[in-house]
Amino acid sequence: MGLLNRLDDPIQGDGIILGTVEDILNWGRSKSDWYLQFGLACCAIEFMALNASHFDMMRFGAIPRTSPRQADFIIVSGTVTLKMADRIKTLYEQMSEPRYVMSMGSCSNSGGPYWEHGYHVLKGVDRIIPVDVYVPGCPPRPEAFFEGLVKLQKMISTQAIFRKREKMSPEDLAALELRQKKVREYQERVKQENADYNDVNRKIYTGYSLDYLKKEESK
Amino acid sequence: MTANEIYDKLKAEFGDDILAFSEDASTEAFITVRPQRITEVCLYLRDEPEFLFDYMVNLSGVDYKTNMTVVYHLYSLPKNHRIVLKVELDRDTPLVPTVEKVWKTANWHEREAFDMFGIVFEGHPFMVRILCPYDWEGYPLRKDYKEPETYHGIKVAY
Repeated sequence: MGLLNRLDDPIQGDGIILGTVEDILNWGRSKSDWYLQFGLACCAIEFMALNASHFDMMRFGAIPRTSPRQADFIIVSGTVTLKMADRIKTLYEQMSEPRYVMSMGSCSNSGGPYWEHGYHVLKGVDRIIPVDVYVPGCPPRPEAFFEGLVKLQKMISTQAIFRKREKMSPEDLAALELRQKKVREYQERVKQENADYNDVNRKIYTGYSLDYLKKEESK
Repeated sequence: MTANEIYDKLKAEFGDDILAFSEDASTEAFITVRPQRITEVCLYLRDEPEFLFDYMVNLSGVDYKTNMTVVYHLYSLPKNHRIVLKVELDRDTPLVPTVEKVWKTANWHEREAFDMFGIVFEGHPFMVRILCPYDWEGYPLRKDYKEPETYHGIKVAY
């Protein structure tokens, strides 16, 4: 963005910045993109190195978060099995908007070495969630990852925040509404198909057994 | 103790329930046991002072197309000797008693064999899938396994 440089600029400077609110907000957003701490396979090893002092990912303003509700983007680092696909979808849907996805490594880009005989591997994470940046490699070098991160920051800094809906093309708007409708239908269907949907969720979130919870409730 | 000596001792103890001894196998010599007696044979191998097979290295299923086979790799830490047991099962209804009571480590190994080959271990305390999702259909390492087209509405093939 170079927004801060303008403060010292001899011509435009004098501590005054002229720009749109959108620019300033986007600058802040792009320089403080927190990510969901989420590793899947060998890419996650490379990903751990990114956080260590050699590569120091925090200088980009990226701070790890352990809850999807606090994260701006999710890094899918590694092989996505079909068993994990449902969980990734849930994690992604728990993130608040605007949210972004980085796909790291060949496996989450396209299935990687499992593209032909991997009966249990999802052939590309973009089959379940929309991906913004693909980082190629098996696994990618940290430098490659940083290029992806800078791409993501550039993408964020040029996005429209206000009157987003008016700026969207009719096709995109229709696609968005269709997707929201599909998500609602999916949630309804899951609830109908699983009579114990709430019970199971409660059990997972609290960590207690159902018998214990029911006993506590009846007290 | 060599595999040959172990076979002789087992044969003397269990008689016809020890079906065969394959010494010239390309990997390790193995003893084929009648499936119904596998738990007793394993208990005997574990507790007899001259065997003391206290460590089950591996338990795996094999699909030989004509039958299902379970392979037990045993090792004795005090005696420093090892042996391989095999049981051959009917391919359509593979059923074998569990050895989970003998070696606790067999618990997850047997669940894996169930997950991948559909071999059911009778008497196992928790015979459910361990690697695949619980609602997975079919047993992936069987020779006649067909890859599903979709899973939860997701296309599986590339």
